[in-house]
Amino acid sequence: MIRPQDLLCPRPEGLYCAPGDFYIDPVQPVARAVITHGHADHARPGHGAVLATPETLAIMGERYGADFAEAAEPCAYGQTIARDDVQVTLVPAGHVLGSAQAVVRWKGLTLVVSGDYKRRRDPTCPPFEPVPCDVFISEATFGLPVFRHPDDAGEIARLLRSVAQFPERAHLVGAYALGKAQRIIRLLREAGWDKTIHVHGALERLNRLYGEHGVDLGPLEPATTARKQDFAGAIIIAPPSATADRWARRFPDPVTAFASGWMQVRARARQRGVELPLVISDHADWDELTATVDEIRPGELWITHGREEALARWAELHDIPARALALVGYEEEDDD
Amino acid sequence: MRAFAELLDRLSLTASRNAKLTLVRDYLAQTPDPDRGWALAALTGELTFNAAKPAFIRKAVEARMDPLLFRWSYDYVGDLAETVALVWPQRPGANREPELSEVVDALRGATRAEVQRLIETWLDALQPTGRWALLKLMTGGLRVGVSSRLAKQATADLGGVEVAQVEEVWHALHPPYEDLFAWLEGRSERPSPDAPARFRPVMLAQALDDAVDFAKLDPADYAAEWKWDGIRVQAANEAGVRRLYTRNGEDISHAFPDVLEAVAFEGAIDGELLVLRDGRVAPFADLQQRLNRKTADAKLMAAHPAGIRAYDLLSDAGEDVRTLDFSERRKRLEAMLQRSPSPRVDLSPMQPFDTWAELAALRADPPAGDAQLAEGVMLKRWTSIYEAGRPKGPWFKWKRDPMLVDAVLMYAQRGHGKRSSFYSDYTFGVWTTGPDGARLLTPVGKAYFGFTDEELKQIDKFVRDNTIERFGPVRSVRAEPHAGLVFEVAFEGLQRSTRHKSGVAMRFPRINRIRWDKPPGEADELTALETMLQKLEGR
Repeated sequence: MIRPQDLLCPRPEGLYCAPGDFYIDPVQPVARAVITHGHADHARPGHGAVLATPETLAIMGERYGADFAEAAEPCAYGQTIARDDVQVTLVPAGHVLGSAQAVVRWKGLTLVVSGDYKRRRDPTCPPFEPVPCDVFISEATFGLPVFRHPDDAGEIARLLRSVAQFPERAHLVGAYALGKAQRIIRLLREAGWDKTIHVHGALERLNRLYGEHGVDLGPLEPATTARKQDFAGAIIIAPPSATADRWARRFPDPVTAFASGWMQVRARARQRGVELPLVISDHADWDELTATVDEIRPGELWITHGREEALARWAELHDIPARALALVGYEEEDDD
Repeated sequence: MRAFAELLDRLSLTASRNAKLTLVRDYLAQTPDPDRGWALAALTGELTFNAAKPAFIRKAVEARMDPLLFRWSYDYVGDLAETVALVWPQRPGANREPELSEVVDALRGATRAEVQRLIETWLDALQPTGRWALLKLMTGGLRVGVSSRLAKQATADLGGVEVAQVEEVWHALHPPYEDLFAWLEGRSERPSPDAPARFRPVMLAQALDDAVDFAKLDPADYAAEWKWDGIRVQAANEAGVRRLYTRNGEDISHAFPDVLEAVAFEGAIDGELLVLRDGRVAPFADLQQRLNRKTADAKLMAAHPAGIRAYDLLSDAGEDVRTLDFSERRKRLEAMLQRSPSPRVDLSPMQPFDTWAELAALRADPPAGDAQLAEGVMLKRWTSIYEAGRPKGPWFKWKRDPMLVDAVLMYAQRGHGKRSSFYSDYTFGVWTTGPDGARLLTPVGKAYFGFTDEELKQIDKFVRDNTIERFGPVRSVRAEPHAGLVFEVAFEGLQRSTRHKSGVAMRFPRINRIRWDKPPGEADELTALETMLQKLEGR
C-alpha cells in the first residue's frame, strides 16, 4: 500500500521527495531542489541542481548572480520532467512572474504543492490552474476568515483619489520588490495613470526583468533625480522597509501607503504608521483558499505555512481530512 | 454610506490636522444633503446611538459561522466591530447599500427589535469598510481622532468663514444642518444665532514675550489677574435655559449639574471651571476626576465640588455686552454677581500693580493661597472689547516659568505622518535606587515636541546609533551613567500617579534643551521631583 507520505514528507530542510531525491523550496542548501517561485524565502542560493520555470531561474540569477546553483534546469509551464521514478510538472500558480505549483506523480499518486498562490487576475503572470490530485498541499498565509481582499482596482482607485485630494504631497507606496511592485505599477497603468512613476533603486533590476518578460510598466524614473517639491503629486514605489526609513525624507510630507494583505487589519496599519493601507495581496485570501480546496476536492489537504489551524478547521467542517505540516522558514508576506 | 465609511477609514489613520481638515472638508463638499449633515453630527458627537450591544452583534455573527473560527478571528484582530465587519458571511440578495441618512432615520425611529432585524440586512448589503463604519456608528462613539472643534473648522473652511461664525450659530441648529450648508454655499442668509443660552465664540490671549512686549506696553493700560489652572468655560442662563460650554463650544452641561443649578444670574459669563472647596481652589488633578464624563453622580459631586471663577461678562440680562470695554464689562460682572450671588460662582480678583517689575515679582512669588496654584498671570487691556479668536494686543497670558528637570532618554518611538521616518517620541527617566541598592533609571514621562527640525535629525541619529533593542516601532536606547543623552525637560505641573511606576506624572512635558554636554549620570534623581511635589502640596 503506497501512502502519500512515502512520496513527500516534511524535513527540517523542507518538503522532501524520497523516490525522486529532491526537495521543494528547501530553506537550506540541498543537492536537488524544485523551486516554485522567486521570493527569497522559497528560492535560496547554494543548491546543487535546481529545477524551476525559466522566469524563476531568471529571477534567481538576477538576485543571486549567475552561479546561484551548480546546475539550473528550466521547466516551462506544462512540461514534465522525470526525477528518477517521479514525474514533475510545473503549472501556473498566479502568485508572481514564473510562479508555479509543483505537480508530483509517482505510481498512480498525484500530489500538488501549491507554493504561494492566488486566484484573482494578475496582469503580470498567468492565472492559477487547478489540478485534480490525491493530496493538495496549500499555503495558508491568509488562512483566517478576516482576510478577504477587496477588488484591487478599487484599492488603486482609492490611491488615485488620495493623490488628487492631496496634490501637494507625495504618495509613497510600500510594495514587495518582486511581484507586488510590478503588479501595482501595471494596475496603475490600467487605471489610466500614465505619468512617470518613481521607483526605489532596489526595484530597478526586477522591473527591467519584468519588462524583458513582456510586462510593460510604462515610464519609470529613479526616485533620486528630482528636487523635493518635484515629487508633489507623484507616486513613488519602494520596498516596505524604505517607506519609514531615512530614505523617505526626500519627499514632501509623504502619504505613506502600503500594499499588502495585512493591511486588512487596522492595528497592523497603525503599528507601521501607514496612512493609506492598500489591501492588495499576491496570496489567496480566505475565500480563495476555501474555494480552491472546495474546487479541487483533494483526498487530503496538507498545509505548509501560515495560519494552518483555521484552514484545517474549515476543511474538517467540510469533510476533507487535513493536516498541518508545520514547515518552518517561510516568512509572512512583506513582514520585514 | 460608502463615502462616509471611506472618510472614517482615512481619518482613523491620519495624524496630521491639516490632512484631517482636507478629508472632512472635501467630504462635506462632495456629499449631498442630508447625508453630509448626519455625518457632521456624528463627527461632532451630536449624534450617538446605542442601538446594538456588542453581545447582540456577536450572537448574530456566530449564528452564521463556526464559533471557533470566529473566536480565532477575534483573537487576531482584537476589536469586535472590526472583526465582524471583516468576517461577516454575506447572504446573497441584499444588494443595495443603504445611504447614511437611511440608516440614521431607521436608528432614530425604529424600536430596538426592528433595528436588530435591520442590522443584518445592512451588514449583508455593505462592504467591509461600510460594515465597520456602521458598527461604529451603532455602538456609539466613532473614535477616529476628530474633535468636534476640528469638524466645525472643516465646515467653516467649506464656506470660507471663520470657525467662530460657525460656533456662534451652532447651538441654534439641528442635524442634518441643511440651513448651515445653504449659508456656507451662499444659497441663503446666515442662520440666526438667537437661541437662548447659546455659545458665544471665545476670546483668547496671546502668549507674552516679556523680552519684547513690555517695552511697547504701558502698565496703566492693563488689568492683571491670576491665570487659573482649570478649564475655560462659558456659563449661560437665559430665558430658563442653562448651559455650560467648553471654550470650543462643546456642551458639557450634563456633566456639571451642580454648577448649573447654582447659577442665579441671568446672562452669560466667561470663567474658569475649577474644583472649589469652601471657596478655595483645588489642584487640577481634582478637576480631572470630573472631566470627560457624560454624567456626574452625587458622590462624585460631593467629593469634587465644581464651581466657576468668573472673569468676564458676555451677556447681561439679555443685553449683549461684548462690544463694551473690558473695564465696563468687569464692573457689570461684579454688580451682577453681587445682585445674584451663586454659591458655586465667585469672582476672579484683580491684582493691582504699578510697574511691570512689580507684576513680575508677583508672578515669580505669588502670595499665599489660591494664587500659588495659578498657572501665571493674565493681562487684559482695560479698553478691549470681547473679540472672538486670538487678536494681537488686547490680551496676554504670561505663564509661570516651567519646572525643569534633567532626565535621560530611555526609549524612542517612530512618529507619524511627516515624522514617520524619525524617532520623535521620547520616553525619559530619572535616577532612583533599586531594591539591590544599584542606581537605575525609572521612566517619568514622554515628550514629542520642544525641539527644532534640525535637533530632531540629530536626536534621530543618536537613537539609531545607540539602539539596544527594538520592539516594533520602539527602540530602547543606551542610557548609562557615562553614555546616553540628557534632556532638560520643562513641564507645567506635577501630580501623584498610581499608573506610573515612578509615582509621579508631569503636565505638558516637552524638551526644553538637549544637553549633549551632560553625562547621564549627572541627570536628576527621582527625589528631586518628589521634593517639587511636596512643595506644591504644602502650599
